[in-house]
Amino acid sequence: MLRLVFIKPTKGKVMRKLIFKDIQDLIIGSLGIVAFLSFFVGGVVSIQTALNIENPLIPKNLVGFATRQSVILEFAPTFMSIILAGKVGSFITSSIGTMRVTEQIDALEVMGINSVNYLVFPKIISMLLLPIVINFSMFLGILGGYAATIYGGFSSSADFIEGIQLDFRPYHVVYAFIKTLIFAMVLATIPSYHGYYMKGGALEVGKAATVAFVWTSVVIIVLNYFITQMLLA
Amino acid sequence: MITLKNIMKSFDGTEVLKGISMTFEAGKTNLIIGQSGSGKTVLLKCLLGLHQIDSGQMYFNDQVFGEMDEESRRTLRREMGMVFQGSALFDSMSVLENVMFPMKMLTKKSYAEIKCAAEEVIERVNLENANNKLPAELSGGMQKRVAIARAVVMKPKYLFCDEPNSGLDPKTAIVIDNLIREITQENNITTVINSHDMNSVMEIGDTILFLKDGLKAWEGSKELIFNTDNDAVNDFVYSSNLMKKIKQVHN
Repeated sequence: MLRLVFIKPTKGKVMRKLIFKDIQDLIIGSLGIVAFLSFFVGGVVSIQTALNIENPLIPKNLVGFATRQSVILEFAPTFMSIILAGKVGSFITSSIGTMRVTEQIDALEVMGINSVNYLVFPKIISMLLLPIVINFSMFLGILGGYAATIYGGFSSSADFIEGIQLDFRPYHVVYAFIKTLIFAMVLATIPSYHGYYMKGGALEVGKAATVAFVWTSVVIIVLNYFITQMLLA
Repeated sequence: MITLKNIMKSFDGTEVLKGISMTFEAGKTNLIIGQSGSGKTVLLKCLLGLHQIDSGQMYFNDQVFGEMDEESRRTLRREMGMVFQGSALFDSMSVLENVMFPMKMLTKKSYAEIKCAAEEVIERVNLENANNKLPAELSGGMQKRVAIARAVVMKPKYLFCDEPNSGLDPKTAIVIDNLIREITQENNITTVINSHDMNSVMEIGDTILFLKDGLKAWEGSKELIFNTDNDAVNDFVYSSNLMKKIKQVHN
């Protein structure tokens, strides 16, 4: 299928429109849920960290440090990608699957159009913008942690900000973006595959979306392990 | 003109088409009839190139389908129009956009030219007031008419229709049948229609191919089908009470 994505391309003007539409559906449409989850989970991470620091010898800036590390290294890139496997992945599978069930893909093929390129290529290109979403998630996650720490009285603003800056390695952000790009490819291709090659009727569209979500999550988790091993160990 | 010679097709060892030979002429509405599971849709999908035939030959005018490379087949497909059983209109596009779609994708014409051609075809199928409606806002009959408009906007040499009036009331079904016949004659298209609707057979069956269990059981026209002594055809044609009554009157 991947070979078909890149051969016999759709006309540039039409493809541009499709890409903008998919950016709207897959990227901009996900910002709300990403913002909501990131802010609150960032807050929970900082509260959990603060509540587990009982030893007075441990500096209070550890709350900011732990929040930053958790959000940048794992929460934003990996767990947001898994959440998006549910939102974006099932949208991709069900929209392509519905086109399969209602013979719209056959209609494209009969017209002599490369349906794989027409349907999947714009999704791959738009998902390349996922690092922007993850960047947004990192910012809001840390902001949520800051808000929870200050308003919960767990630490001072100065301590939290000092913790965020403590031992900061820009490479960690690069590492997060590298794995985000790889997850973006997984998020675009696995659900597309399950939608494109599905068989049956409306009920099977739902089943295909579920299977696509499970496989996307599994592949992301496994890849996360290997990427972390290669880039951080 | 489309000529089929000894077409064979099987799925997982089950033979679905068993040596079909037939000629579908240009400017005529050619019907493929038969019971569900007789191989009608498979034959249509073979003609469209959506299924690969196992053996035999398909001739599109003087072009042999089996000897064509992928690019030539793609070019041939651009000379084909297809009306799907469920219309297969693109949900997110309006009527006008659906009809403009093949021209937008496959020609280098300007937007104005494409829009003009699409509006002309939409007017031909009597839907000029539905340009901006989405498929979900249309009735089944209107959706079929949009599908016909989309199928003929590229002025195809070959038009394929899979049960074009299934799910429609008898009056709308006749409108759709007549529309297909008129467009076929006006543009000298080779039209092949899958149907199990006897009204369609009587209305537009210039040439009829009757399939039974993947075999060609009978070939003729609407004039001949009433008087055939082929048991399989009679069994199919006179299966309803209405047709039995008509036969009694006819006799």
